Order: sequence, then structure tokens, then C-alpha cells
Amino acid sequence: MYRNLTIRQKQIVWAWAFLAIPILFYSIIRFYPTGNAILISFQEWNLLGDRTWTGFDNYQKLFADPVFWKVFKNTFVYLLLGTPISLVVSFVIAYHLDKTRFMHGFLRMLYFLPFMTSAVAMAWVWRWFYQPVPVGLFNNALASMGIPQFPFLQSTTWALPSVLAPAIWAGLGFQVIIFMAGLRAIPRSYYEAARIDGVSSWTVLWEITLPLLKPTIVFIVVFSSIGFLRIFDHVFNMTTNNPGGPLNSTKPLVLMIYETAFSAFDMGYAAAQTVVLFLVLLVVSLIQLRLLRDS
Amino acid sequence: MAFFNVKALAVATATSAAALFSTAAQAVEIEYWQYFFDARVQAMETLIANFQEANPDITVKMTHFPYADYRTKVAAAIPAGEGPDVVQLFYGWLNDYVAAELIQPLPADVFPASKIDEEFFPMVQAMKEGDAYWALPTAVRSLALFYNERLLEEAGVEPPTTLDEMIATAKAMTKRDGAGNLTQVGMTAGMTAQDHHWWREGLIRQFGGEPYVDDYQTVNYNSEAGLEALNFYASLFTGDDAVSAIGFMDEPQAAFKAGRAGLHIDGSFRIGSLNNTRGLKWGVTELPATADGTRSNYSSYWVNAITTKAEGEKYDAAVKFMEYVTSDEAMQIWLDVVGELPAKPSVGLTEANSSDPVFGPFIKGLAYANTTKFANESGQRQLMVEMVERMTLQGMSAEESLSMAAEAEQKILDEYYNSASN
Repeated sequence: MYRNLTIRQKQIVWAWAFLAIPILFYSIIRFYPTGNAILISFQEWNLLGDRTWTGFDNYQKLFADPVFWKVFKNTFVYLLLGTPISLVVSFVIAYHLDKTRFMHGFLRMLYFLPFMTSAVAMAWVWRWFYQPVPVGLFNNALASMGIPQFPFLQSTTWALPSVLAPAIWAGLGFQVIIFMAGLRAIPRSYYEAARIDGVSSWTVLWEITLPLLKPTIVFIVVFSSIGFLRIFDHVFNMTTNNPGGPLNSTKPLVLMIYETAFSAFDMGYAAAQTVVLFLVLLVVSLIQLRLLRDS
Repeated sequence: MAFFNVKALAVATATSAAALFSTAAQAVEIEYWQYFFDARVQAMETLIANFQEANPDITVKMTHFPYADYRTKVAAAIPAGEGPDVVQLFYGWLNDYVAAELIQPLPADVFPASKIDEEFFPMVQAMKEGDAYWALPTAVRSLALFYNERLLEEAGVEPPTTLDEMIATAKAMTKRDGAGNLTQVGMTAGMTAQDHHWWREGLIRQFGGEPYVDDYQTVNYNSEAGLEALNFYASLFTGDDAVSAIGFMDEPQAAFKAGRAGLHIDGSFRIGSLNNTRGLKWGVTELPATADGTRSNYSSYWVNAITTKAEGEKYDAAVKFMEYVTSDEAMQIWLDVVGELPAKPSVGLTEANSSDPVFGPFIKGLAYANTTKFANESGQRQLMVEMVERMTLQGMSAEESLSMAAEAEQKILDEYYNSASN
């Protein structure tokens, strides 16, 4: 049978044979659990007993739950603070690092190091930095200068930024490297032409560097947005005793999902939250791709 | 030398394998599952060895998992006819396990309810339904007041026995720097640790209330007694003369271990890690009583149960094994190895055990302990944490915060019991 095929048909058969492996892999590892999660979101299940159908109950409960809306808002605060700040900071670092020759490799390594550090270890170190007197580094410094203590993790206002700061710092190294690669990819000839025309460096930045970096910026924005929407390890490790606290002020959606699933054992409700997170990620990514695409 | 070791190991393996095969020929093998905690696994190994010696026709195979995977594995294995014949579970999970038909009641002829009611500490009755017990513990845990001996001595005070004394003692040990920041607390505080148990089953009852009614299905602490208990608890860390601060040194037990806290309420399971803390001289006493001598404590425990998978001769073997792990001998071994308290007064309240300087206060506490039936322990603890946070961070009054907590907890209970009855 295979022998009777034309060369073109044989090529198609082989292409499908090779493609089947990743397709199979993705179906089992990605699509099947995703489909199952969507299914569970319409059911009630405590991990032990049978699953029972409950229709839209989990979703109704979700939209009526004030904690969910609080958490939903937090998730977007992480996104709306985290993405722009990390984008600007990493660009500024990359832009200047690109021009620095002195100890270039060493500096780049220093910026990249936090990205390679375990998020759990980093979160715990920062958690101790933030403690009140007598253990906290920052508060001890403040106290020794006679300044009142600052309630980093003990305030409903400041806990979220305090948790976010190390998370931004941790992701910075990666973004700096991507930006530097983007900067290197811009042809030198544009800059030379601009110099001959006597253009100011500000104009060079606005008219040449940034427009040509657009693909890089799109990539980083989408990537870091997804990261901040899914933030979990930093928050969980910095607030383990009171996860997402104080008073849910730092709780992101993923942490709520985790708690609903593995301490309340309410898998249906957790799955409904997961579906909402999935939709949010999808919509945010699509909007960003559209907005930042070349018009 | 290395060669010799390898050879010795090979010989040892071969002999033990041979021993295994020779007994396995006619033996019934049952499986026992528990979560992994070094001392518990060690203690169970001793119990299994003793049991097998007394019952040469039965072998018990123990399997243990990290705590995080435990529930999922049990849930997947038993319905599939795999996994344990005897399983360990937290007392708070009993309803879920019963509803999911993972465990079966203990046989009434071997474990008659009237006999167990009489022999075990009263809080074990939470495991009874009608005339049958679903599960039984080997050991139980309770709370007591730990104190730092050096700090007591330095302040020239004695371990407190009443709540008023406790406050006075704590005041004597509290230290502040020039700017008024706490550098040493007289007592630790934080609902995230054991304090929520102390508040629920200890303070509320001591102030004359009852935290829950209807078999823990209805919240009842939004009352005069509940408010008094909350105000008393909040007085530890509010006001200018506070003896404590929430989040001081991150965690209450960390502050106590570091020698920066004079008093600390914690469970018997903390004994081991305190013993391993170098340079810490500590003692322990019963939870403080009220002025008129009222005491109350909280107790929790892990139980063993026979699963629905066990049938025929395996069931008979499982019953025998359950009999052994709830025997006086097993309880004494568990106390010696794990440091958890015997579940029967006949073992716990022996002269040697109840006058033990370390275990004694915990064992005495069992006599007046209550066990909260939680629907979702961490969720319900979280509400206590938030009740305090609303007062400290948002300036809410104790009345309002208490009634919000009661309402939210009732909602958790309603949801749980409504869906469990379906």
C-alpha cells in the first residue's frame, strides 16, 4: 500500500508520522488535563468521593464571592504594576549596559544571577529582610537611625508592593538579556546615518532604537504579563503562615486556586477558578498581541 | 574493608530475603499506610515488628508518602482495590473518608463502643457513630504553656498558673528599645500557630462560653464569652503595655526558639524540635486556668481505620492489627518514640507519665480537652487570623470583627455539611 504512493504522498505520510509525536504528547500532557479541568469546573468533587454534576453552581459561587473579586483585583495590580515597571527598568539597564565596556560580562552576570536563583530561597530571604525589629534588616536599619518601623508585610497597603518588588527583581535578568539581544540586532548603519545627519541621541532612541525593538518589546510584554498573572511562589513563600495575607491583600488567583483545591479540597470550585484564569490569560495575551502588532 | 562491607551486605540481603520468602509462604500480608514523619515511621516499624512476632502468620507492609500527596494517593488506590488495609487519617477527615466509602466501621464485638467510651479519653468519641467506632487513635496531642527558664529567672518570676498571672509574668519579661519597639516579647501571639485552638477550645470555654453547638455544625462564639475571650486575647498585643506583637520574629515558635519570647503556647509535637535547639532552657506547664480554676484545652489526633478494601482473611488480620496498635503497649511505645500522648487514661495517667516534667502537663490537659470538628481546618483558622487582622490593621471593633468571623465560619460549615449529606 505504502509502495503505491507518490513521492509527495510519501512525504506527507512521513511528515504526519513525525508530527504525530508532539501532537500525541500535547494531547496527553496539555489538552487532556485542560479538558478535564473544564469538566471538573461543572462538578463537585472533594478528591475522595464521586464527582457529581452541579451545572454552573461553581461559577455562580465564584462571581458572588467577595474574596474572588479581591483576588481578581490583586492579580491585575500585580500585572499593571509589574509589567511596566520591569519593562522600563530592564530597558534602561540593557540600554546602558549595552554601551558599557568596563566589566561588561561581570555586570551582565550580576543582573542575570537573580533569575537563576530559586524563587523560594529568594522569597524567604526577602521575607526576613522585611521583618520588624529585631530580625528585619530594613527595619533594624530604620530603627538604628531613629526612624519608625515600616510595616512592609504587615500592612494591607504595602504588602503587595513589598511582595512584588523581589518578583520584579528576579525576572529582570532575563528581560535585560532579551533586550540586549534585541539592541545588538539593530543594524549599526542606521546609527551611523543618524550621526552623519547630526540627530540628537534622544531622537535616535525614539525614532530608531525603540521602533526597531518592537518585536522584542512585544515578546517581553507578553511573557512578563503571563508571568505576573500567574505569580504564586513569591507570594506563597513570603506569606506562608497567612497565605495571601494580611486580609487577602496579596493573594493572587493562583494562590486562591491552590488553597481551594488542596486545603479546602473543593476541586470543582478550584477548577472553575482555573478556567477563569485561563480565559483571563487568553484575553490579555490576545489584546497585547493585537495592540503591539505592526499597524 | 569496602569489599568486606559489600559482601556482608549481600549476605544480609540474601538471608533477609530468604526469611521473607519462608514466612510469606502461608502468611497473610496486609498493607499499612501513613504519611511520612520520621519518628512516626520509626515507631510504627517497632509496632509492626512486635505484632509480627506475636502473629507469625501475618505480615504487615508499611508504605509512607509525603504529607502533600497522601490524600490523593489514598483516594486513588482504595477504590481501585489497591493500597492499604489499615490506613492512618487525621480525625478531621473522618467524614470525608466515610462518605467516600474508603473505610469501614470497626467490628463491634472486638471494639464495643461502651468499652471504648470507658477506656479512651473522652474526645475520641468524635470517631463514634451510633454504636460503632469508625477509627481509633494510638496517640493524641494537646496544648500546654512553654516557658523560657532563663528569661523567667532573669525577670525573677515563676511559671504562671492562672491567666492573670500569665499576663503579669509576660509583662515582667517584655523588653523594648529606646524607640518603644519590642525586642523581646513576654509571650508569643498569632492565630496562625496554635493560638486559634487555644482561643476556640480554651479561652472561650474558660470565659463561660461554648464555641460550637449541634455537634460542631453551628458556630456559637458570637456571644458575651466569645467577646471576652477575644478581648483578652487581643490585650496581649494591643495597647501601650502589650506583651506581644503579631508577627514578632516572623513566627511564634521561631521567637521562642530564639530565646526572645518568655511564654509560648504550643502542642506536644513541638517538644522534639525544642529539644534540638541548642542553648534553649525551657520548661512546660499546663495551660493557665481562670481565677476560679476553670481549665480547658484542645486536643487533636491521627487515627487508624480499616479500609473497605480489606476482606476475608485480610480483614481478620487488619482487625488484629488494629487491636494491637490501640493497645496499652503500643501507646507507651508511641509516647517513647514519637512523644505523642497515649489515648487511654490507663496508659497516660500512670504515675510515671503524668508526673513526667515534659509530658505531664500535656497529659493532664487531656482530661479537660475538647476536639474541634473542623470542616476545613486551614480555612477556619484563616478566619481567626483575619478576625484579629481586622482589629489590628483596620481598627474594627472586637464585636464587629467577631460577628463577621462567626458568620463566615458558619458559611464554611453549612457548605460542608450540606454537600456531605448529598
